[in-house]
Amino acid sequence: MESHATTFGVHNRKMAMWVFIASECMFFGSLIATYLSYEGKSLAGPTPREILNIPLTSVSTFVLLMSSLSMVLALDAVQSGNRRQARIWLGGVIVLGGLFLGGQVFEFNHFYHEGLTLQQNLFGATFFVLTGFHGAHVTVGVIWMITLLVMSLRGKLGPDRGLDVEVAGLYWHFVDVVWIVIFTVVYLIQ
Amino acid sequence: MAEQSTHEAGGAQAHASKATYWLIALILGILTMLEVAVFYVPLLHSVIVPFLLVLSAAKFALVAMFFMHLKFDKPVLTTVFAGGIVVATVIILAMMLLFGAIGPGAGM
Repeated sequence: MESHATTFGVHNRKMAMWVFIASECMFFGSLIATYLSYEGKSLAGPTPREILNIPLTSVSTFVLLMSSLSMVLALDAVQSGNRRQARIWLGGVIVLGGLFLGGQVFEFNHFYHEGLTLQQNLFGATFFVLTGFHGAHVTVGVIWMITLLVMSLRGKLGPDRGLDVEVAGLYWHFVDVVWIVIFTVVYLIQ
Repeated sequence: MAEQSTHEAGGAQAHASKATYWLIALILGILTMLEVAVFYVPLLHSVIVPFLLVLSAAKFALVAMFFMHLKFDKPVLTTVFAGGIVVATVIILAMMLLFGAIGPGAGM
């Protein structure tokens, strides 16, 4: 599949993904700004210090970082025409992304049973909206990766489709860098 | 770091080698462990915010440069991404200033 180059010498789809990522920076920037603006202003508990589970989230963070490694190795395999490796690494992204989401579901469920809900306090409202939107992005990414894996299993993901995987990879890595910021700002700097 | 050329439909583009990707992943893992370690060391609590922000920025840059290929891609893509980050940073600082999280009214 041949894409037309823009005047910048970059594929239209790749440029479109980068523009989308730039807009997503502003979107997540607004959510992080809201979280930080209301930080420490909750009138009732639970507070971040009481409820956040750093060891669990550290493991989740490591899992998401390793999913980025798997993604970039999948792209490398697709571009070099190694279908078996491409399937393995795409599968890796799906499994690691699924593990991250599983950790988030566990965390949300635990918080809910500890009394932290969207309506409980400002921390609950801003925390669930920020991390929930991030989780939704990871979910979209996992669905995207499953689509690519199915394409690969059907033999439709050769080197000529490298751009498709690269664009999907850009999205996945962006979700990763957003989590790098969230992990530091929300979990570690309390 | 070793680099290899990769040809994609419509244009040649240099990417990092597999060994580089593994090395970056190792560094990212070490930086994450450092972040968590700093969180649990009481002696470092006075410098925890700048320390964690620097580590976070380093991880962010490594992923963007190597995994997102900005180091090897056209500079215009870095400009587009940096534009979004600058606007996001201004939004965060402006909101925090307006709500008194930073600046003269902080902590009130």
